[in-house]
Amino acid sequence: MRVLMFGWEFPPHISGGLGTACYGLVKGLAHHNQDIIFVVPKLWGDEEPLARFVNASDVAIDYKERKFKKIWKNLTYLEVSSFLVPYLGPEEYKKFTDYAIHDRADVDDSIFSPKYQFSGKYGKNLMEEVSRYALTGAQIARDRDDFDIIHAHDWLSFPAGIAAKEISGKPLVAHVHATEFDRSGKSVNQPVYDIERAGMEAADHVLAVSQLTKNTIVTKYGIPEEKVSVLHNAVLDASIIKSKYDKKVPEKIVTFLGRITFQKGPEYFVEAAKKVLDRDPNVRFVMAGSGDLLNRMIDRVAELRIASKFHFTGFLKGDDVDHMYAISDVYVMPSVSEPFGISPLEAVRHNTPVIISKQSGVAEVLVNAIKIDFWDIDSMADSIFALLHYNGISRMFKEMGSQELKKLKWEHVAAKLVTVYEKTISARP
Amino acid sequence: MRSICFYFQVHQPYRLKPYRFFDIGDDHYYWDDFLNRSVIRKIAQKCYLPMNSLLLDLIHQYPGQFKVTFSFSGTFMDQLEAYAPDVLESFQRLVKTGQVELLSETYGHALAALKSKDEFSSMVDQHREKIQALFDGYTPKVFRNTELIYSDQIGAMVADMGYKGILTEGAKHVLGWKSPNYVYHNSIKPDLKVLLKNFRLSDDIAFRFSNKTWEDYPLTTDKFINWINAIPKSEQVLNLFMDYETFGEHQWAETGIFEFMKALPRAVFNKTDFGFATPSEIIDQVSAISPIHVPTPISWADEERDLTAWLGNDLQDEAFDRLYDLENMVKKTNDQDLLRDWNYLQTSDHFYYMCTKFFSDGDIHSYFSPYDTPYDAFINYMNVLSDFVLRVKEKLKEPVIA
Repeated sequence: MRVLMFGWEFPPHISGGLGTACYGLVKGLAHHNQDIIFVVPKLWGDEEPLARFVNASDVAIDYKERKFKKIWKNLTYLEVSSFLVPYLGPEEYKKFTDYAIHDRADVDDSIFSPKYQFSGKYGKNLMEEVSRYALTGAQIARDRDDFDIIHAHDWLSFPAGIAAKEISGKPLVAHVHATEFDRSGKSVNQPVYDIERAGMEAADHVLAVSQLTKNTIVTKYGIPEEKVSVLHNAVLDASIIKSKYDKKVPEKIVTFLGRITFQKGPEYFVEAAKKVLDRDPNVRFVMAGSGDLLNRMIDRVAELRIASKFHFTGFLKGDDVDHMYAISDVYVMPSVSEPFGISPLEAVRHNTPVIISKQSGVAEVLVNAIKIDFWDIDSMADSIFALLHYNGISRMFKEMGSQELKKLKWEHVAAKLVTVYEKTISARP
Repeated sequence: MRSICFYFQVHQPYRLKPYRFFDIGDDHYYWDDFLNRSVIRKIAQKCYLPMNSLLLDLIHQYPGQFKVTFSFSGTFMDQLEAYAPDVLESFQRLVKTGQVELLSETYGHALAALKSKDEFSSMVDQHREKIQALFDGYTPKVFRNTELIYSDQIGAMVADMGYKGILTEGAKHVLGWKSPNYVYHNSIKPDLKVLLKNFRLSDDIAFRFSNKTWEDYPLTTDKFINWINAIPKSEQVLNLFMDYETFGEHQWAETGIFEFMKALPRAVFNKTDFGFATPSEIIDQVSAISPIHVPTPISWADEERDLTAWLGNDLQDEAFDRLYDLENMVKKTNDQDLLRDWNYLQTSDHFYYMCTKFFSDGDIHSYFSPYDTPYDAFINYMNVLSDFVLRVKEKLKEPVIA
């Protein structure tokens, strides 16, 4: 199968989970000898050669092409506005909103030049880059004929996918890693929602990273159920990590690691911590990460008078993340809404038993984990207490968890994806 | 003759280094040596050394007449020994003139008076011993509590410890129509005299001196003398209490603060019926006019003149309570390292950094804080405290070697 794939970032230069997921998927497809043309706004040159990469910044647009006019016309309504960015760290998000609120610039002239230098980030010119990326998609689809199907990842590349489909007439698969409802809760950004919906409607088939996401796609975007397949994420490396880190404190450690935002449910973790500490003071809770709810969480911890046993680390990077997983006795992900959520799988790799919310996509694939409703703090506290005290379950979770990981391979995901491609192509009239 | 009493507070805390969760149980050194040393050295150059030499000149110029009073926190004296022996020496020279009085306070510049009588009196003893060791056996006779925190109860406690007088804020809500320019006495123990800060004239120098939006800017010696002369004849004392860092650090040399102070004594002697006196002289010479009732603690901080700069929000109360939960255990260890850290962890500044009163006094709080936010201050402090608890528990587990 020859696939023209539109992404937004690719390792090693990534700022979010989208790049990692694309990498796993491409790697899995390469395992099955699929031929991938992978387009990113900006190539750095040190990407692993798993696909034929195309740097959108190098593609010259032929403005005389009449067919492009219609595409461009459809795109001019896109305007820079705030709250439209996925997978964004709190620092970047702040920079981004600062720009959007205080320093809004109109579309740059360079958008009409033959070549355009993409930043490939989730930065200030995001909407402009998304529009320009669509033109690039059209140009690529016109220039080459060496693909059978188009695959676009998340709303950022949906306009490019739509354009490529219009020009080439080849089928389009729209892959949804997160929806605007996951990112923004109730205050949905309309232009982003519109792009997401247009992408899914224009697509011949839609992929969702979980059943949970599929439900959102069906109920909130009005896409027919039979048009959506669930394609769960996997792990790049299922091996168990033998850590070099030792725990320095005598107490057991229970960890929350992620952005401290509404979506991740940090407040439920704090409340559950209080319940556990009332019963057993020999536990330390750690909230690792940063986000707009951080200060509120600190206030609450102080108010509950548990601060000598509840710690905040701030944003962790690189080695510190491994360190945190390694010294944790229980990992909790109480997300309110999580399309997939890869972090519990990382915890399992460190032999750490996990508690995950039923409102996360990962709960659909990880069997050996305790699953609770994010709001059920009593049940969360019970589960934490059990995993800390009843060695039987935690031992079982450790053994079974590592077995389970081995099944969550990108090769398997890719094999399923290939059948989706085949069905999509054969379904065309 | 009426008296002006200049009292300067000299305090620096041991600031904590950035201490992460991962350090708990592993790293037992908490202090930011580099920062603490740089702060002391910077202020030494801008304030302590030039102002000490200015005061020494004035003392020599007016033998037996020009007098000032200092209170040094223990954490300040420890840092002088470590980082600024030159400054220590210049303070020792000042004290040797006999025209400088030193006050008693708690070693750790702590809020212990609000929590534990035992810890409070033990810290006062440690402080007295330190003063005696550094200043030729000098023994302070008058007390000043951390941040001039005072209540009837605290006064009574201080009286029981043998002090004849105490300094505090002339807080508006305590004085009402009364004037701070009299000597008062404690309402429980009448033998303890209470000197009140004249906050208007003190803060004219300490806070408003260089404020260009102030209607009385610039403050000249003549203007200040006029205000002093406007004090009714029956009022006996003028207590000008302020941080020593006012001179050269809060008010930079460029503002003319040094020139102002240099010119002030001559003007006072020539144009007013005031002289200079120290707290113990005033307490010996001036009788108390009435008791002063302070049922709830006051301080010299912020507009409210209460405790809310250090205690009251959840962050501060949690940290403060967890700290004093340890008192008995720490004392049981009798371990010098632990006792020193316990002492330094009690310093009021740590709680000041956790203050969330952004809107009224946020400016002055953030000026003094090494942290970006009160939340950062809280997290860092609690991490350190968690490690400290582990060490104390570990120590108590060790068998006692006879």
